[in-house]
Amino acid sequence: MEIGITIAFWVLAAVIIGAALAVVLLRNIFHAAIFLVLCFFTVAGIFIILSADFLAGAQVLIYVGAIGVLIIFAIMLTRETQRGNPSGRLRLPALIVGLLFLITMVAVVVSTNWNVVAEIPEPTISSLAQALFSKENGFVLAFEIAAVLLLAAIIGAIVLVREK
Amino acid sequence: MAVGLEHFLILSAILFSIGLYGALAKRNAIVILMSVELMLNAVNISLVAFWRYVAPALMTGQVFVIFVMVLAAAEVVVGLAIIISIYRSRETVDVEQIDLMKW
Repeated sequence: MEIGITIAFWVLAAVIIGAALAVVLLRNIFHAAIFLVLCFFTVAGIFIILSADFLAGAQVLIYVGAIGVLIIFAIMLTRETQRGNPSGRLRLPALIVGLLFLITMVAVVVSTNWNVVAEIPEPTISSLAQALFSKENGFVLAFEIAAVLLLAAIIGAIVLVREK
Repeated sequence: MAVGLEHFLILSAILFSIGLYGALAKRNAIVILMSVELMLNAVNISLVAFWRYVAPALMTGQVFVIFVMVLAAAEVVVGLAIIISIYRSRETVDVEQIDLMKW
C-alpha cells in the first residue's frame, strides 16, 4: 500500500512537472494546451493519492472537461498558432522571479516543523457536504455567492463576445 | 522513503513557479491564462495536502479547493471572452501589442 502510493506519487509528480514545463516551453500553442489537459489529469491523480476522492472527480469534470475544452476552443478561434509561443522582453526577470520564489518556498517547507497528524481519512464526500452546508460553521452563504458569481461570469462572457 | 507532506508542498511550489514564469514571460494572452491555471492547480495541491496531513478532521481545506475551482472556471470564462473580443477588434492576442491603456 505505502510503496504503491510512493511509486504513484513519483510517477505523477514527474508527469505533472514535465507537462507544466511543456505548457510554458513548447512552440506550438495547441500542443501546449494538450499538455495542460494532461497536467490537470495528473493533478486529479495526486488528489486520489491524497484520498480526496470527490475533488479528483471534480478536477476531471471542471478542469479537464470544461476549462481544457474552453482553452482549446479559444486557441482555435484566435488562430495564433502559426506565430508560435514566443517569450516577451521579461523572460530573464521572470525566470529569476520564478527561481527565487521556488527557492524561498522550498526553504520554508523544509525548515518548518509541520504538525502532521497520522490519521487516514474516511471517504470524504458526506463529511465534505456537511462541512459545506452545516448550519453552524457552514459555507452556505459563500456557496450562494459562488452561484451568483458563476451567473455573472456567464452573462459577462455572453455580453463580451456577442456580435454587435 | 515514504511520501509525506513536504513532498506534496515542494511539488506544488515547483508547479507554481513554472506557472509564475509562464504568466510573466509569455506574450500570448491565452498562454498567460493557461499559466494562471497552472498556478491555481498548484495552490489546490497544497490545500489538499494540508487537509490530508495536518487537519483531516476539518474539511475546510477541501471546501476551499471547491471554491478555488469555481473561481477558476469563472475566471477562465471571462478571461477567454475578453481575449476573443480583443482579437476581434485588434487581430492579435499578443500582450505586448495590446497597449491601448498604456500611459
